[in-house]
Amino acid sequence: MNYELVIGLETHVELSTESKIFCSCGGHSSPKEPNDCVCPACSGMPGMLPVMNKKVIELAVTAGLMLNCDINRYTTFDKKNYYYPDLPCAYQITQLNHPICTNGCVTLKTSSGNRDIRIKQIHMEEDAGKLVHGANVSYVDFNRTSVPLIEIVTQPDFRSAEEVVTYLNKLKSMFRSGGISECEEGAMRCDVNISVRPEGSEEFGVRTEIKNMSSFEAIDRAIRYEAQRHIDALEFETEELVQETRRFDDASGKTFAMRNKETEADYRYFPDANLMPIVISDEWLEKIKENKPEAVDEKAENYREAGISDKEIDMLISNNKISKLLDDIVLMGCKAKDAAAWILTDCAGILRKDGKTLNDLTITPHKLYSITKMVDSGEINRNAGKKILIAVIENDVDPIAFCKENGLDKKFDSSAIETVIDKVISENAQAVADFKNGKVKALQALFGACMKELKGAGDPAQIKVLLEEKLS
Amino acid sequence: MKYYAVKCDGGNIAVDDTILVKDILSCAGSKILSGFKPLFSAEAVTRLENKGYKISGKTHVGEFGLDLVGEFSFFAEKEHELKGAAAQLVSEGSVKAALGVDMNGSPRRAAALSNVDFLKPTYGTVSRYGVISCAASGEQIGVYAPCAKGIKEIMEIISGHDEKDGTSLKNEKYDYSIGDISGKKVCIIKELLENADDTEKKKVLSFADSLRAGGVEVEEISLDIFDVANTAWQILMTAETCNNVSRYDGVKYGHRAKQYKNIDELYVNSRTEGFNFLTKAVILYGSDVLSKNRYDDCYDKSLKVRRVIAEKFEKLMENYDAVLTPVCSKASYESYDIYDAFNKVFDESVFTSIANLIGIPALTTCGVQLLSKHFGESILLSLADCAERKGK
Repeated sequence: MNYELVIGLETHVELSTESKIFCSCGGHSSPKEPNDCVCPACSGMPGMLPVMNKKVIELAVTAGLMLNCDINRYTTFDKKNYYYPDLPCAYQITQLNHPICTNGCVTLKTSSGNRDIRIKQIHMEEDAGKLVHGANVSYVDFNRTSVPLIEIVTQPDFRSAEEVVTYLNKLKSMFRSGGISECEEGAMRCDVNISVRPEGSEEFGVRTEIKNMSSFEAIDRAIRYEAQRHIDALEFETEELVQETRRFDDASGKTFAMRNKETEADYRYFPDANLMPIVISDEWLEKIKENKPEAVDEKAENYREAGISDKEIDMLISNNKISKLLDDIVLMGCKAKDAAAWILTDCAGILRKDGKTLNDLTITPHKLYSITKMVDSGEINRNAGKKILIAVIENDVDPIAFCKENGLDKKFDSSAIETVIDKVISENAQAVADFKNGKVKALQALFGACMKELKGAGDPAQIKVLLEEKLS
Repeated sequence: MKYYAVKCDGGNIAVDDTILVKDILSCAGSKILSGFKPLFSAEAVTRLENKGYKISGKTHVGEFGLDLVGEFSFFAEKEHELKGAAAQLVSEGSVKAALGVDMNGSPRRAAALSNVDFLKPTYGTVSRYGVISCAASGEQIGVYAPCAKGIKEIMEIISGHDEKDGTSLKNEKYDYSIGDISGKKVCIIKELLENADDTEKKKVLSFADSLRAGGVEVEEISLDIFDVANTAWQILMTAETCNNVSRYDGVKYGHRAKQYKNIDELYVNSRTEGFNFLTKAVILYGSDVLSKNRYDDCYDKSLKVRRVIAEKFEKLMENYDAVLTPVCSKASYESYDIYDAFNKVFDESVFTSIANLIGIPALTTCGVQLLSKHFGESILLSLADCAERKGK
């Protein structure tokens, strides 16, 4: 019998805010040492009250807009009770009854065509801390406590592991380009709900949940393993399937049932009286909409139309900082295709020599544009432009001043160039003879010698024409 | 020390041990918080200190303020009278005023028994930053003082918006002025009068006479909302308390059991040793009303009751400026066993719960209670001032 896989996903994403969700401690990326980034509020001391970080709401709404959700104008927080040493208040502040976004949809491009995945809801919550286990003692690190998260809950609309991974990659590039999350290792964590049913059946099979996985590769393997386990159970009656929570063991590639105690808790959810209901006004929503970056698909399409290659588009979409730099200089007047070459080839190449990546690029749009503009206007040639670019990246010089100081902008009239060409021809008799005997390569050597003599200045096209004229 | 858990040098303002004062032991009368020194002061304390007032010390409170008037503090000596430590200090004149947290009527009762005033202000007017919180949706810092004028002086300093408290209302200033009361209308609630003994009834009736002499119209009415309001508040209060004290787990600060083999035993043993029987009863009751099977019938229903009661009270206030009620069922409490505490507090709170439930101001004065609508503090203080002057 053929079986159909039915999967629903709960994805936790750490938001890129400067501070935590309910206090002013630094957010996700700041802490270095354990408990560096902790205050009386996020360590659960009495007397402290949570104060809502507005930025969290704005990022959650932006995520909702990107996933085509309804934005709920009235949203509230609830407390979820459970004891664990990494949860200092013994409750987590989350959203149960009035989540911020509901009813969304995202379209995936898969090998079997477009697939729509319905989003049930997005809610905001705080993260827990972390336990570090020593030999005989365990330590608590509260740095991550109260770091803001959004949890995106889908309907059971996935039919394969491939779709799940496509979805997660899509979320990742959307959230990166939208400034919602850096989505680094560990900043996206998934719970996978999975069941199988005979193909064509409308009823759902017994569902299991695999908790807390962060690598997409592991999620893919876990789904494949768990699906096979379900199918074997149905097909060969190897075991009886029960609704339960399981964990994936990376080393063995298998899933294991978790103790019941951990899964059957009554969390005693109830409204958090310390946080007033949040009302999202029309004006506020409009402002968030205005600041929302274009959806990734739209953005990619625009780049494609501007003649940027698919490979370059991938690099741009996954790096918000770089695509912004490109957008900025295009807006100033640079051609998109040229801009992509300057940034993704030239800048990246210069940085690579120093063991750096585009993430280390600090050039301002203005400086980069003044270089591209000088090249485009024929004021300097591209080689000279690259020389200036190196100087700007390495020493943050002023491009125009640098160009003047180093004589890169010297315009050569035809007679000056002719003098140089005559000199090169007289000094390279062998090459000239070779060319006249039909060796095309020799022309290239002569041209290179001219360029060397001119120290990279001058218009290469013009030089080439003059050189060919002289030789003919 | 009879009244103080911690005494400071000098000082003219006493502070309940449920309110934090920086670097001074703050334990809310509970063993579970023994040794806890806060890193910051409550906003109300800071505002008073900024105006030149000085804290005289931390007064004993019953564990987390859950009892009648402060009889079950872990730290107080047992000969302690059942009149509330802060209220008695004010009554003796050794401090100018005191701050207390009104979560379930305890300071209002203590003030009545010690014959001083206590105002539980409108919810959201005084920052709860620095309150060892139990029932966030109804607790407020209030003021004990010898008279209405004393309350006005302190309230004008401690009230007003604080961005560190998300429930703090945006207004910077509120009206505590003491003015003319002639022509005002006050009602006495028949049902609450019947809940009190003859002495308490007499206090209410003679207070009514003082008001009448000041030109106030007083009449007795029947309004059967106080029992329901009490039940609703006890449900919400225990649920919120159960949740808020769950952070006291022996892991981070306060009392940790010496004997434990694993994390579950660390929790269970620390909490078993750290909480008194009343707190444990509140935790059990609170976790029961929040459990899946009971949530809709208990907690959620109480939230609905809260809205209905608020509407009914608002309606009543269309015809009256204030409500006059007893605040205790009798003029003094005798010692009793802690195993009876939960029920005793539940019954006695029938007079006080409505103010916590719907956030209205409540003032104890001359051994009686006055209630008004939100932000009605000025009328309460004016009525009290009139009666207090008549009494002298």
